[in-house]
Amino acid sequence: MNKYLLKLYVAGQTIRSGRAIANAQRICDNELKGLAELIIIDILERPEVAEEEKILATPTLIRHLPPPLRRMIGDLSDTNEVLMGLDLHYDGAGLPTDK
Amino acid sequence: MRNMEINDRVQIEKLETGIPGFDFISIGGLPKQRITLVSGTAGSAKTVFATQFLAEGILKADEPGVFVTFEESAADIRKNVKGFGWDIKKWERDSKWAFIDASPQPGDESIEVGDYDLAGLLTRIDHAVQKLKAKRVSIDSLGAIFTQFSDPSIVRKELFRLVSALKRMDVTAVVTAECTEDYGAISRYGVEEFVADNVVILRNILEGEKRRRTLEILKFRGTGHAKGEFPFTVLPDQGLIIIPLSAIELKQKSSDIRITSGNQALDEMCGGGFFRDSIVLVSGATGTGKTLLTTEFVAGGVDNDERCLLFAFEESREQLFRNAIGWGRHFDQMEKEGKLKVVCEYPESAGLEDHLIVIKSEIENFKPNRVAVDSLSALERISTQKGFREFVISVTSFIKHQEIAGLFTSTTPSLMGGGSVTETHISTITDSIILLRYVEMYGEMKRGLTVLKMRGSMHNKDIREFAIDSEGMHIGKPFRNVTGILAGTPQHLSPGEIDRLGDLFNEH
Repeated sequence: MNKYLLKLYVAGQTIRSGRAIANAQRICDNELKGLAELIIIDILERPEVAEEEKILATPTLIRHLPPPLRRMIGDLSDTNEVLMGLDLHYDGAGLPTDK
Repeated sequence: MRNMEINDRVQIEKLETGIPGFDFISIGGLPKQRITLVSGTAGSAKTVFATQFLAEGILKADEPGVFVTFEESAADIRKNVKGFGWDIKKWERDSKWAFIDASPQPGDESIEVGDYDLAGLLTRIDHAVQKLKAKRVSIDSLGAIFTQFSDPSIVRKELFRLVSALKRMDVTAVVTAECTEDYGAISRYGVEEFVADNVVILRNILEGEKRRRTLEILKFRGTGHAKGEFPFTVLPDQGLIIIPLSAIELKQKSSDIRITSGNQALDEMCGGGFFRDSIVLVSGATGTGKTLLTTEFVAGGVDNDERCLLFAFEESREQLFRNAIGWGRHFDQMEKEGKLKVVCEYPESAGLEDHLIVIKSEIENFKPNRVAVDSLSALERISTQKGFREFVISVTSFIKHQEIAGLFTSTTPSLMGGGSVTETHISTITDSIILLRYVEMYGEMKRGLTVLKMRGSMHNKDIREFAIDSEGMHIGKPFRNVTGILAGTPQHLSPGEIDRLGDLFNEH
């Protein structure tokens, strides 16, 4: 069962999009240990989704689950900031815990 | 080189906005398929302008529009403009209107982690424009996007992209920006560097404790527009209305058909009555008979089967009707016959611009042959001097364009003689001026009347005494042995003196 539902919105296949996807994937694999489902959406292909989610900046990462909604913009290069933004804190023992 | 420039100039088309008055002062509307910056301080009606630009497009030209909001939420805008009669919800259902809601979302602040751009916004605008086949785009307000992101340099770069994307989209766009002063830098955040080709400034100036809204087209690159500030007002059920004053042309026709003033003796003094499309100013101190003259003017019209419209700003309906009965004129009867309409308003009930619009629309709807306003001076106290002058010019030229007769009254501040501000503002545009004055004679107050000016006609230059009774005004004989009436210092001349003066001009 996935505890986290994360959606990453990117605009086209740019270097920045690629970097954000790689960073998101790495965080999900390494930090969330497979507890997260990551969906990647290219808003150039699905502009109506960008409208629904009110995406302004790309890349945007939205934590849909668990609530509340969290939004992050940027290429997710700073892992610690991302974890904090996801309301996760790193307990040092290798496993992140929900605070 | 020179030729090329001229060619470019010819090619700039304009898009009629449909905003009342704007297309007139902009000589045809906003430059088509270009971006216009609309700048103004807080509360200068920028959002109304941006909204109305789209609304009029849908209502008058069936052109769909996309509204990008950075400040207010879409829900707020839908609600706020409903009073103007714009049903955005319905337009959204009909695919005539689309919101791009880029306003800050409450409780969900974005955390910035790394590098980003605003492709999301661009994609959404592009998508909405294509989906609706939109012809118009409004962005309100550009500067507000800076507050949503921490790095202004990114926003700056992205705005350049946004602006160049808009230019490619085959849309005419209005971009609003906030400025901090009415007369100062065009905008905050230096937004004007992105959109500088066409600039419109909205002002909301505090002048002598009164607010005055004006609109100025600062520039339209490569195409013409009227220059200077034009007053405008925001009407609760219509939106923005711009009043094109200085752009009024003096091209009204002039007729030599005479109409009655409602008083036979006065007609004779004027050389046979007023001209049909002339503006008459009646000036006098309080109680000299201005309202009486207005009543006679109206009644004279009705007697000749003309339609009359009377705007009263000094007295209530009841008072006015009762006074008229006192002079043997029955307004209620005339109204019943549909020949008269009396509009009574308290001057303070609205701004001067709003009164102007009411006057204009009443004239348009009732289609009168003659219009009377009693009194202009009552309106003077609710406005700034400049605003009042513009109002008078606008009303008179509007009436002249309808080719109907207009009679205005103006109260002089002093009982004896004297001029008023109203007179100095209006006297050059009026065709006729009639002065009513008190004359003190041997411890008694008498009333005098004179036709000071009668454009295009001979007139009697006497200062005549007149009396008022239950049948109205009776003009009598000239004051023969008094001088200085108009100056307010009547002096009695003895018969001997009159003979002496007469001898001075004796030519034989």
